[in-house]
Amino acid sequence: MSILTLMGLIPLVGAIIVGFLPMKPSQAKTVALIFALGAMAVAIIVGFTYDPSSADPFQFVENTEWIPALGISFSVGIDGIGLILIFLTTGLVPIVIIAGWRDVEDAEAVNKTKSGSVKGYFALMLALEALTIGIFISLDVFLFYVFFEVILIPVYFMIGRYGTGRRSYAAVKFMIYSFLGGMVMLAGLAGLWFLSIEAFDGPNLYLPDLLAMEIDPTWQTWLFWSFFIAFAIKAPMWPVHTWLPDASGSATPGTAVLLIAVLDKIGTFGMLRLCLPLFPDAAQQFAPIIVAFAVISIFYGALVAIGQTDMKRLFGYISISHFGFIVLGIFVFTTQAQSGATFYMLGHGLSVALLVLMAGYLMRRKGSTQIDDYGGVVTVAPVLAGLFLVAGLVNVALPGMLTFVSEFLVLVGTFERYPWVGAFATLAIVLAALYILLLYQRVMTGPKRESTAGIKDLNLRERWIMAPLVLAVIFLGFYPAPMLDIINPAVDNTMEWVGATDPPPTIADATEGGNQ
Amino acid sequence: MSTALMSLATSGDIPSDTVEPILTQITASDAGGIFEFMWLLLALPAFGAAVLFVAGRRSNAWGHLLGVLMAVIPAGLAIWLLVALMGRPEESRTITQHFWDWTFVGTFNAEFAIRLDPLSIVFVLLITIVGGLIHIYSVGYMAEDPGRRLFFAMLNLFLAAMLLLVLADNYLLLYLGWEGVGLASYLLVGFWQYKDVAAVAAKKAFVMNRIGDVGLSIAIMLMFVTFGSVTFGDVFAAAPEADSTTMTLIGLALLLAATGKSAQYPLQAWLLDAMEGPTPVSALIHAATMVTAGVYLIVRSNAIFDQAPVALNVVLAVGLVTMIAGAWIGCAQDELKKALAGSTMSQIGYMFVAAGLGPAGYVFAIFHLVMHGMFKADLFLGSGSVMHAMNEERNMRFYGALRGVMIVTWITFICGFLGISGLPPFDSAFSKDDIIAAATSQNWFAGAVTIFAAGLTATYMTRMMAMTFFGKARWHDDAHPHESPQTMLWPMIILSFGAIFGGLFAVGVIGDLNILEWLKPVTGYEEAALEVPHWSLEVITFVVVIIGIVLTWMQFGMRDVPQAAPQHVTVLTKAGREELYTNTWHEELLMRPGQHLTRWLVWFDNKGIDGAVRGIASGIMGIGTGLTRTQTGYSRRYALVMVGGFLLLVAVFFLAWWF
Repeated sequence: MSILTLMGLIPLVGAIIVGFLPMKPSQAKTVALIFALGAMAVAIIVGFTYDPSSADPFQFVENTEWIPALGISFSVGIDGIGLILIFLTTGLVPIVIIAGWRDVEDAEAVNKTKSGSVKGYFALMLALEALTIGIFISLDVFLFYVFFEVILIPVYFMIGRYGTGRRSYAAVKFMIYSFLGGMVMLAGLAGLWFLSIEAFDGPNLYLPDLLAMEIDPTWQTWLFWSFFIAFAIKAPMWPVHTWLPDASGSATPGTAVLLIAVLDKIGTFGMLRLCLPLFPDAAQQFAPIIVAFAVISIFYGALVAIGQTDMKRLFGYISISHFGFIVLGIFVFTTQAQSGATFYMLGHGLSVALLVLMAGYLMRRKGSTQIDDYGGVVTVAPVLAGLFLVAGLVNVALPGMLTFVSEFLVLVGTFERYPWVGAFATLAIVLAALYILLLYQRVMTGPKRESTAGIKDLNLRERWIMAPLVLAVIFLGFYPAPMLDIINPAVDNTMEWVGATDPPPTIADATEGGNQ
Repeated sequence: MSTALMSLATSGDIPSDTVEPILTQITASDAGGIFEFMWLLLALPAFGAAVLFVAGRRSNAWGHLLGVLMAVIPAGLAIWLLVALMGRPEESRTITQHFWDWTFVGTFNAEFAIRLDPLSIVFVLLITIVGGLIHIYSVGYMAEDPGRRLFFAMLNLFLAAMLLLVLADNYLLLYLGWEGVGLASYLLVGFWQYKDVAAVAAKKAFVMNRIGDVGLSIAIMLMFVTFGSVTFGDVFAAAPEADSTTMTLIGLALLLAATGKSAQYPLQAWLLDAMEGPTPVSALIHAATMVTAGVYLIVRSNAIFDQAPVALNVVLAVGLVTMIAGAWIGCAQDELKKALAGSTMSQIGYMFVAAGLGPAGYVFAIFHLVMHGMFKADLFLGSGSVMHAMNEERNMRFYGALRGVMIVTWITFICGFLGISGLPPFDSAFSKDDIIAAATSQNWFAGAVTIFAAGLTATYMTRMMAMTFFGKARWHDDAHPHESPQTMLWPMIILSFGAIFGGLFAVGVIGDLNILEWLKPVTGYEEAALEVPHWSLEVITFVVVIIGIVLTWMQFGMRDVPQAAPQHVTVLTKAGREELYTNTWHEELLMRPGQHLTRWLVWFDNKGIDGAVRGIASGIMGIGTGLTRTQTGYSRRYALVMVGGFLLLVAVFFLAWWF
């Protein structure tokens, strides 16, 4: 058994144990944490044994027959892009479990009705982790699809059963959107399957084989869009984004983190893993349209975020803006932008986790998500306010933070290909400062108020569980080499599959021209 | 052609057709000695900041002492480095130290590496010495504040970031320092977060600076696509090869960045609001160092601006406008700190004018910047001392006659006054006169404006002096002014020595250092031919300054100053009080339309896009209001419909493949 399969199985087994064995809530939490830490330990081992300089695009490959008659196999393996997202997922889940120790009880206090059982919540969390890992390690397109669809189930229940506010509405909306996307993707998958029969004298959905398959332009167009639409909904991009603010607004902080930071990455990961390598011509052909939609997402998300009155919905819109950056980086086809986009996925995951968890601490203390209900918090809870500001600044992509490196790489890579788009997208850094600092100003600063005077500062557990996140974003902001060393070769492969190269500097151009 | 470029790019040399001598870059380990410890300049204040932020209340007792230490040791190190650098031959005074690869993908590589050369050491000295003095001053100034330890954490953070800004070896790393000082400024302007005005001012400063950052970002991107590198050495070496349109664009983008950071028109509006921060912050960040970073950026990029005459002219124009606008505001404000802030804008305007003159002025921009750092820090610390004595009253209309009770503050303020006003032989007499001469030689109009601004400088300074220290006491009933404690006075005294003797020192009358000769290898210098004798300009300036002093003294020194600001004033005064209506047009042109846009988009998102989605969903599912009713039982029915639709789609694909 590949170590990757083991990594996915640990949380799955954990989910079954926590979900089906009788245990008290406190025991369930501890057991869930142990399994999550187990998966993280395996991920660390994978990280250390992974060889970035290897010529093989995928490592730890395991190829087991599953349904040979249909050309479907149980194949796993990872490249640098998948590995980064594995780090993100396995690193965040233990943090979310600890930070969300009382998520269920808090939501019940807000709803004044009972949520599902506590152990169910943590079992679903582990199930979600297992399925996410499954997606990031799948090398068989059908296997990828299965995980892609099944993952809806735990999320649906995490929002619908354990959320707050209009949770059922949000859950159903999430379900419908995702299901629609999945349906379109399945149609594309079917098309791919049929094509493979012709190309390989029999069905074959093993990704490394499919990479060598020539697909004619018309088919590429159809298949590209069927996959892309599914991923764009998941990412989510404008204009198929409206499920996210509802979902993030109704989810518990823990769910919201996993939903935005991890689950949404499946969309952008899918674009890199499937859309680009399998349908390179279509990807290049339609890149300008997608770039336009990405830029709209960036500004639309940021502007609507500025106008929000509800903190949790605001985070949803910030993410729409950030996903715009990631998609932009993927589809301008320069190594800088694509590495930046991959790194951005990690950065966005960590920054959203920080912000949502910090806001979660705040909201649990007052039981409100409305920005106007706060003000002057810094006078009573300075550590909470300070860490909230740090979380905010990570989202601003302040230089010195991981997010700056990734955002700048996306921008400079975009600028290489489309200077005007790159220059225009840069304006978004002003909006980012606005939505974060306005939020901070309204919620945290100002004179002491009666309405927030009772807010207590962070306790030790709440404080220290943030430390790894803060350290990670600052450390990688100053020294991103460990991650870039993993990402860059993988991006080089993707660029090669697509057949794109970086534009050379203009001065070198002029000199070469002069010689001819 | 290409081989020539290759050799240029690899050696990092500056082409021989400019006035600069050949410079070579030497690594710190090759240079040896003290240069191997350059990294401590950054590491010590960064360490101080980290400890003070993380240690929390435990470090309240000794936090300020650590903060001072982490500022004073780098000052000593800086002096040592200067001496070591002076001991080296002129062409080998560029020392680089590489730490690690920072941001690298493909051919893009921004290293974490620093570069010490004659230009950066000048800034390092200014930052660490003035910074160290202000740290000491803050021990006394913030003694009563419960957040003093946090204040020192932020000051240390500022020092680390500012030193990184001037030591960075490439533009992306410079950006890191650039934004770091912006963050420190945000934190320190909003230090008293419980005050709404302070919080709003801090946000405004940060957001306006972000507009400038867009310029810096675009400049860096343009450099990368043009030269394939963002490292100073590579960019400067290849700059003469690039076409002038590109260089003009890079120059204008850098100017946008500089305009935001240095509070130049039209991005100056944040500076006066930033006076909400504690006064040591105003002295260090918003007078002596951070706001001058724009000047550093332009002078550092002189190889680019030399190829972009259009951009240089815009720099000149921005400088001229701000020089007058700042002085105008400075003449009309009643709050001592805001008047000083107007003065800062105006003096930085002088530096922009000098930088906008190109090789004839770069050196003088830096010269005036250093002089300004000393006398303006002195004046601001003086204003802090006054406010400290007057229960934090900021309005000069409630001061008056303070010379009797605060003798040391008064004398140091006079030294600052002499330093800024341009009377010989004090600081500005050298630096400002050089700018006036260089401007006159290139452009009569620019020269005339700089002389006129010298008169305005004397005017607002005399007004401040008269309203604060002379005339009758117009104090509040509960004000009991007293002299400040020793920790505050000594930094002021030392800085007043700088304001008095700095100019003499910099031109070599005292000591054997000449700032022009020192900076020439980095900034280049072309002496501009002046059609009139140099002394005639000095005389004219002197006369204008004296007229300004005398007229203002007749108005504010010899007549009583009313406590309530007179309402029947000239249009000019009114505009000056309103900061030339910049805030008004910013609000009308940008803020309000922006608010309307976001409000409209929120509505559009809820009713338009989401409404359409809900409508389509209801239509397809045929359940009417199903989605808005929130029973989960419906989801089974949706699922059924979807599976049906999916099967249909598969069938379509299958048929398409079949035929």
